[in-house]
Amino acid sequence: MPAHAKERPRGDAGSHCMRICARAWSPALSRFQSASIFGPCDTVHANQLREPVADSIASVEPTRRDFLYIATGAAAAVGAAGLAWPFVSSLAPDADTVAAGAPVELDLTPIAPGQIVKVFWRGKLIFVRHRTEEEIKAAQDVNLATLKDPQPDSARVKEGHAQWLVVYGNCTHLGCVPLGQQGEFKGWFCPCHGSVFDTSGRIRQGPAPINLPIPPYTFVSDTKIRIGEGATA
Amino acid sequence: MSKHATTYVPKSAFAKWFESRLPIVGLIHSSFVAFPVPRNLNYWWTFGGVLFFMLVMQIITGVVLAMHYTPNANLAFDSVERIMRDVNYGWLLRYLHANGASMFFVAVYIHIFRNFYYGSYKAPREVLFILGIIIFLLMMATAFMGYVLPWGQMSFWGATVITNLFSAVPIIGDTIVSLLWGGYSVGNPTLNRFFSLHYLLPFMIFGVVILHVWALHVPGNNNPTGIEMKSGKDAVPFHPYMTVKDGFSLVLFLIFFAWWVFYMPNYLGHADNYIPANPSVTPSHIVPEWYFLPFYAILRAVPDKLGGVVAMVAAILIWALVPWLDTSKVRSAVYRPLYRQFFWVWFAVCILLGWLGSKPAEGGYVIAARIATIYYFAHFLIILPLLGLFERPQRMPGSIVESVLGRGAAAPVPAGATAAPQTQG
Ligand code: HEM
Ligand code: FES
Repeated sequence: MPAHAKERPRGDAGSHCMRICARAWSPALSRFQSASIFGPCDTVHANQLREPVADSIASVEPTRRDFLYIATGAAAAVGAAGLAWPFVSSLAPDADTVAAGAPVELDLTPIAPGQIVKVFWRGKLIFVRHRTEEEIKAAQDVNLATLKDPQPDSARVKEGHAQWLVVYGNCTHLGCVPLGQQGEFKGWFCPCHGSVFDTSGRIRQGPAPINLPIPPYTFVSDTKIRIGEGATA
Repeated sequence: MSKHATTYVPKSAFAKWFESRLPIVGLIHSSFVAFPVPRNLNYWWTFGGVLFFMLVMQIITGVVLAMHYTPNANLAFDSVERIMRDVNYGWLLRYLHANGASMFFVAVYIHIFRNFYYGSYKAPREVLFILGIIIFLLMMATAFMGYVLPWGQMSFWGATVITNLFSAVPIIGDTIVSLLWGGYSVGNPTLNRFFSLHYLLPFMIFGVVILHVWALHVPGNNNPTGIEMKSGKDAVPFHPYMTVKDGFSLVLFLIFFAWWVFYMPNYLGHADNYIPANPSVTPSHIVPEWYFLPFYAILRAVPDKLGGVVAMVAAILIWALVPWLDTSKVRSAVYRPLYRQFFWVWFAVCILLGWLGSKPAEGGYVIAARIATIYYFAHFLIILPLLGLFERPQRMPGSIVESVLGRGAAAPVPAGATAAPQTQG
C-alpha cells in the first residue's frame, strides 16, 4: 500500500487554500490577477498534489480491484432498482383508495327524461342521463364516418335501455366537467377548451381526442343500475 | 479603487484559524466583494439579486405558513381561512407568499428577456443559461403545486387540467397520471404529495441557483455592449458598486411588491379559489395564474391534445437551443439593428399570447393564438438563424471602457443608446 501517500509533504497549501477555492469558483477573478486591483494568486491546486499518487495505486493490483469494482457496481445497480420500486409503487392508488371502489347502486326511478344525474364512483364523476326520444334519435342518426372516434350509439348503451346513457363525467381532453344539454349537439359542452359532445357522449368538435368513456355497470333491474361491477383495480 | 478590491486576507487569529479549515469567508469575499463585474452594467442586471431575495422570501414565508397549514382534502381550505382570520398576521404571511410568487415571476421574466436582448446566452455562457431554464421549470412546478394547496375551486381544477396533460403521453400516459394522483382522480393523496413536493422543490431550486452562480462566475457577467472584459479598466469590484445598485433596485422592487400586498392582494388571484374544491362542477372560466398564460395560450392553440402539450413544452425547451440557433457573432442587440427590432416583435408576441391565454378559447382568439404561436416558433427556428447570416452589425467600441467614456471620435455608442435607451443605466 502506498504508505508514502500519507507522508507526502503538503506544503503550505493549508494557509492559502481559500485562494485555491476562490480560483476554482471564479476563473474570472484569476483572469485579472495581473491587474493591480485584484492582487496576485500563486497557490497550487490541491488536486495537483494527489494525481501522481492515485496513478500509482491503480497500477498495483488491477485484477482484484477490477473484480470488486464490477461486483460492487452490479450489486449497487440491482439494489438501486430494487429499492426504487417500492418508492414508485407507493405512489399508486393505495389499498384504501382501491377498496373505496366497491360498486354503487343507483335507483333510476326519480330521474326524469331529459335529466342528467351526477354520481361518484372511485372518486370519479359519472353522468347518468335519461335521454328523451329526440336525443336518442339524434344520437342514432349520425354518419359514423364523420366522427373522430367512430362508435355507433348502440355500442354505448345497454341493449333495451337506449334511454339510459352512463358515461364518465370528465372531459377526455384535460378533465373538466362538461356542461349538459349545451353545445351544438345539445349533448355536452366543455367550458375549458371548447370540446363539444353529442347526446351519446361522443366527441364531435374541439380538442378532446376520444368519446366520454363508459364505466363498467350493469342493470340489476329495469330501474336500478350497479356501477363498478366487475371492475379491476 | 484599489482600497475596495483587495482579495480577502484573514486578519484576526481566529479568522486565520477558521479560514485554513473552511475557506468560506474567502469564497464569499471573492464571489461577492472583490468579484469583478463590467463597469457598464445597467439596471436590467439587478434582477438576479431580486430573484435571490424572492426565493429566500418564499422559503421563509412558506415554512411559517406550513406551521399553520393542514394538507388534507377535508381540512386544507379551512386551515387557509384560519391563517387568514385567526393566525396573528396570518393574512400578511399568506399575501406575501401568494403575491411573492407573482413577483418572483415578474423578476424572472425581466431577467429572461434581458438575456435575450443582450445575447447573454451565447458562448461561453450556454451552461449558465440552461441552468437558468432548469430553475424556471422548477419554479413553474413549485408555483403550480403551491396554488393547489388552498384546495379551492381553481386549485382543484388547475390540478386536474395540468395533471391530465400527462395523459397525452402515448402508452404510459394514464399510468403516469395515476401515479401523480395516487387515485382515480385528483384527491387527498394528490394534495398530500403536492404539499411534500411544494416544500421540497424550493430547496432544489436553491441548489441549482448555486450552480447557476458558479457557472456565472467562470466567464463573469455579460454586459450591455456584449464585449468581454479585456482589462481591469473594464471592471469594477462587485462591492460596493453592484451591491449598492442591486440594493437600490431591490428597494424599488419591494415597494412595487408591497403595493400589491397591501392594496390589491387578491387582484392576481381568482375569486373562484375562495370557493372550496368541488369535483362535480368546473368553474365556467378556468385560467391559470397570469405567469402561465402565454404557455396556456400555446397549449390551446393546437387543436390536438398531444400536439398542444408538445408545443407548450417545446415553447420553453426551445430556449435551450438558442445559443446555437442564433448564428450572429455579435452578442448585444445594441449593435444588431435587425435583431433589435425582431426582439421587440417577439416580446410583443409573448405579451399577446399571455393576453390570449386569459381569453376564452373561441373564435378570433383561437385564430390569433395560432398565428402568434407560429410566429413564436418561427422567431427561434427561422428568424434567429437567418438574421446572423444577413444582418450587418453596427460598429462596436473596442472595449467596455471605450463605450462608457466615449474615447475616439467615431464611437458608435450614442446611436445604439438612443435606439435602446435602457442601456444608459
Ligand atoms: C419557489 C418558491 C415558492 C413559490 C413560487 C411558492 C408558491 C406558492 C403559491 C403560488 C401558493 C398559493 C398561494 C395562494 O394562492 O394561497 C403557495 C402556497 C403555499 N406554500 Fe408556497 N411557494 C414557494 C415556496 C414555499 C416553501 C419553501 C414552503 C415551505 C413549506 C411553502 C409553503 C406553502 C404553503 C404551506 C402554502 C399554502 C398556504 C397558502 O395557500 O397560502 N412554499 N405557494
Ligand atoms: S378539458 Fe374539456 S376541452 Fe379541455
